Amino acid sequence: MKPVVFQYRNPKTLSEALALLSEYRDDVAVLSGGQSLMPMLNLRVAQPAMLVDINLVNGLDAIRCDDDGVSIGGRTRHNDVLRSAAVAKNLPLLTQAMTHVAHEAIRNRGTLGGSLALADPAAELPACTVCLGGKIVAASVDGERRIDASDFFLDMYTTALDAHEVIVRVEFPRFDPNWRFAFDEVARRHGDFAVAGLAMAMRCEDGIVVDARIAFTGVEPMPRRLSDVEACFIGSRLDEPDNRIRARTALCDTLSPIDSGEFPPAYRVHVAGELLERLAAQLANANSG
Amino acid sequence: MIDEPSTEIECVVNGESIRARVPFRQSLVDFLRHGLGLTGSHVGCEHGICGACHVVVDGRVVRGCLMLAVQVHGRMVSTIENSQPHRFVKALQESFYQRAALQCGFCTPGMILQAAELLQRNLAPTRGEIRDALSGNYCRCTGYQAIVDAVETAAQTLRLQEGETAVADIGHLRDDNQTSLHS
Repeated sequence: MKPVVFQYRNPKTLSEALALLSEYRDDVAVLSGGQSLMPMLNLRVAQPAMLVDINLVNGLDAIRCDDDGVSIGGRTRHNDVLRSAAVAKNLPLLTQAMTHVAHEAIRNRGTLGGSLALADPAAELPACTVCLGGKIVAASVDGERRIDASDFFLDMYTTALDAHEVIVRVEFPRFDPNWRFAFDEVARRHGDFAVAGLAMAMRCEDGIVVDARIAFTGVEPMPRRLSDVEACFIGSRLDEPDNRIRARTALCDTLSPIDSGEFPPAYRVHVAGELLERLAAQLANANSG
Repeated sequence: MIDEPSTEIECVVNGESIRARVPFRQSLVDFLRHGLGLTGSHVGCEHGICGACHVVVDGRVVRGCLMLAVQVHGRMVSTIENSQPHRFVKALQESFYQRAALQCGFCTPGMILQAAELLQRNLAPTRGEIRDALSGNYCRCTGYQAIVDAVETAAQTLRLQEGETAVADIGHLRDDNQTSLHS
């Protein structure tokens, strides 16, 4: 239950950190919040030769808003996102979802970039980033590149991030006031990993759904937008019960649930369907209110 | 441990300046316990599940098993042993005793530090909010009811204390022949 021996550096600048990642790229891990990496080190599931701690690097935890949207630094702690007024105003989905992320002490350390880079199939933030169409900005010695959330998550614990890259920020687009957001999940205990969780966003004009964004967590190996399910809602009223039933049928047809872990795949699909109906009803009420 | 990579750190622990050499791979809680003899923070699961190792770093409660000792270089660490505990911690220690909110006591230091963080943010939490805040702290003895009772009791005590402080302030101002509280 103690890590194997590793080398450790805690550079004060991003360029030093990126140089180290480039130098040790075959056997290196980035230490951000450490709330998943440290358990993996303690359990010796991870045994990197070099640990590059980015906690002293300035400027990786800023939350900025402008006309284009909101940018959140990769090392922003979960509790700082949860308690950010700017996030609550512009990205309420993220605020709602963050209340389901682990527990207080974990949220005091854990980071947005860390959660995305790990890509745990049951984590909330990857699904939210996909739902919101976030762009993940990865830096390396070669410069920066922007990766669409839809191209970022490749499989369970597998992303498009290279070993010598670090997530410096995530850029979320601006959403006009016609958008409504909802997040909920089913877990054995609040804060534990979800059996299924749902990030949903709907844009309504005169009571008619004109755009929809739907992504699950915990159900499939990685989050993705479910266009077949989204299509069931578009063009009619959100409180139309038939659409919910059609959407649920489409959901069952499209999902390829995780076939491992403690819950049978059929149960995950069932919970996902319940969440879909529940959140659609919640958003319909939010609109009429 | 001849080849153990290590480094020198300086930090403040419970108000005392500390200088020590720590192996890179040593967790913060192991450093506090084995390096400094502060055994109030307990090592339960060592992978961030149980909350028994909670300590406060720069004012925030963290899992002592999920931070490296080397990461507290230049930082302020506070443990349950702090001889000048925050008044919230003191009120909680008293209420845990009064409400019998512990049996073996293994989880208690972590519980108290986490509850103190909650009360600093919210001095009138509901029972649901208390449970939420303590959801990352495992207790295998009490069944949690008495712990929630104790946090409620401490919150009440602290609210009363704040009321008394306010009254005392008014008295002080009146002694100074001031009639308004606009300042």
